[in-house]
Amino acid sequence: MTVFLAVLRRDLLLALRDGAGTWTVLGFFVIAVAVFPLGIGPEPQVLARIAPGVLWAMALLAALLSLDTLFEGDYRDGSLEILLSAELLPELLVLAKALAHWLATGLPLALAAPLLGVFLHLPGEAMPVLFASLLLGTPVLSLLGAVGAALALGARRATVLLAVMVLPLAAPVLIFGAGAVESAQTGLAAAPSLLILGGVALCALAVCPVAAAAALRQAVE
Amino acid sequence: MVAQALKAMHDTVLRVAQPARFVALAGAWIPWVSVAALVFLAAGLVEGLALSPPDYQQGETVRIMYVHVPAAWMGLFVYALVAGLGGVGLVGGHPLAFHAARAAAPLGAAFTAVCLVTGALWGKPMWGAWWVWDARLTSMLLLLFLYFGHIALSRAFDETRRGDKAAAVLGLVGCVNLPVVKFSVDWWNTLHQPASVMKLGGPSVDPAMLWPLLLMAGAFKLGFFALWLARTRTEVVEARLRAAAGRLRAEGGAR
Amino acid sequence: MAAMPGTPFALPLPTQAFPLILRDVACARGEARVFGGLDLAVEAGGLWLVRGANGAGKTTLLRLLAGLLKPAGGAALWGDGRAPRTVPERAVLVGHQEALKPALSVAENLGFWARFHGVTENPWPHASDPFGVWALADVPVRALSAGQKRRVSLTRLAFARAPLWLLDEPTTALDAAGQRIVWELVALHRRRGGAAVVTTHAKGTVDGANELVLGEAR
Repeated sequence: MTVFLAVLRRDLLLALRDGAGTWTVLGFFVIAVAVFPLGIGPEPQVLARIAPGVLWAMALLAALLSLDTLFEGDYRDGSLEILLSAELLPELLVLAKALAHWLATGLPLALAAPLLGVFLHLPGEAMPVLFASLLLGTPVLSLLGAVGAALALGARRATVLLAVMVLPLAAPVLIFGAGAVESAQTGLAAAPSLLILGGVALCALAVCPVAAAAALRQAVE
Repeated sequence: MVAQALKAMHDTVLRVAQPARFVALAGAWIPWVSVAALVFLAAGLVEGLALSPPDYQQGETVRIMYVHVPAAWMGLFVYALVAGLGGVGLVGGHPLAFHAARAAAPLGAAFTAVCLVTGALWGKPMWGAWWVWDARLTSMLLLLFLYFGHIALSRAFDETRRGDKAAAVLGLVGCVNLPVVKFSVDWWNTLHQPASVMKLGGPSVDPAMLWPLLLMAGAFKLGFFALWLARTRTEVVEARLRAAAGRLRAEGGAR
Repeated sequence: MAAMPGTPFALPLPTQAFPLILRDVACARGEARVFGGLDLAVEAGGLWLVRGANGAGKTTLLRLLAGLLKPAGGAALWGDGRAPRTVPERAVLVGHQEALKPALSVAENLGFWARFHGVTENPWPHASDPFGVWALADVPVRALSAGQKRRVSLTRLAFARAPLWLLDEPTTALDAAGQRIVWELVALHRRRGGAAVVTTHAKGTVDGANELVLGEAR
């Protein structure tokens, strides 16, 4: 438990201080979303129509952007093998790293999304659903990303590889996340999509740490 | 059911499967399996293109089905096979399972791609569009992407065994994700016709069309098996060459 | 070197698991064999100096003793029958890779490793500072020289309670004073019952040290 908290603490410190952490991710999210009105035009109805999809897709890409560093630093400087040989279960190590990643990227993304929703004329009643869907969906991205990052450790062209692996796996999150916001926007019930998203999150919580831990063991072998 | 068939198949392979014996056995089987595949293919093509009737609604274009549907089945089957082989390799540490998975994945991707392309050719006259973001099409597209990830990952490392193991983990995660993908896109949007062969209460396809379909499915499966054997044999031989080269280097360094 | 009051050096060391014994061990890197037929016993209070040409497998041997690598043949076991691991109660490895985060300060880096080694109260900076890096506590590691990084990395030894030290060319990049401190620490560690396996290219030897030359014992 001490090691779990120590890893969590150190990764959060790194994310807040390092270039590839929270600020880069948030910056990318804001700029990428702002590009859409420039390309599509200022029509409020059109922007509101595409807002759920744009916000979710960009949040997905922003989360992906910071994933390649998740284990890479520890792998390169030799910390990873020391951490893996500790009494702490590798699965818990993955959880600590994924939790730190989520706190440093997923949570800020969820907090920033409603603000960007205003820019895209997303109606007010859809805002809580947008926030809730990101709150449920971004942990899945961190967990799936942990699997991808662990698998790509030491690979050639790891960043592109990571995107190729994680994006298809993340498709359901995108579909249900954006779907929930769209339902709220058109006056339908958002709860079913949110519940499914929650179910997906629980499945990811069960499967991803095991898979990522297996991948980490292979990486340091 | 597929999983059990796979397991039985793999058990057989394990029994035959000292790499050296495998190379010899594969060499003996490949010609026979290839000939059988060609026979099925010829029969299926004659049945499908000449003897079977056109559909009362879809006309001649229905014949695309005889390629499209077997390709779709193979795309899914091979993914399950690759994931299963990866799991066997991870648990049992049997190198032949990794070789077989590495050999099968590009074949599965090719079947999936054939399914998507023939689907587009069929979709244009039927739906008026090459591509629609329909549930079936989208989930097959995502399956193709999963194959791409698997293939890229298995070839991304200097050490081939590491690539094999990593790809095996990805294959298993993808397996868990497949039903989720399927349901998500199913509920998302649906235009594709529902299943008509493998369903409760027997197939609703006319026997005149079912026959060529099954013949083609057999041809695809046998063709895959022949190619898979050949590719796996190549992988085995390649691995032995690499090991030999490594030994030579090590001995050279010792002197 | 003055005694280091209040440091874990004063604490008893869990040494009852010695000896760590390798029997007919072979090691492979990828598909290539690195060495084979190696017998080695690490006793309490013992010191092994491991020598050998580049590529002879010195680092590989340390990783094996740390449990980061499984032997390709033979057996490596502690006296109590357990396999080697770098848990805080068994072994600590200071390798070529410094295991330090460039963006964090010296104190933050060492604080993390202190917690990892189970120093929960008052993790670094505390009294143990054999290499004199306390003055650099607030400096980010990326601003340090190679020798300073090595000193910070080696400071982990001061709060590790592991009975077995695995040091991969610890004197690289260190000045004369730093090198002397390394050997003094090793001597101190041996006097309290610990053991060390140290790879080195240096010519000199140390009192009571055993020598293992890799690449000849094939």
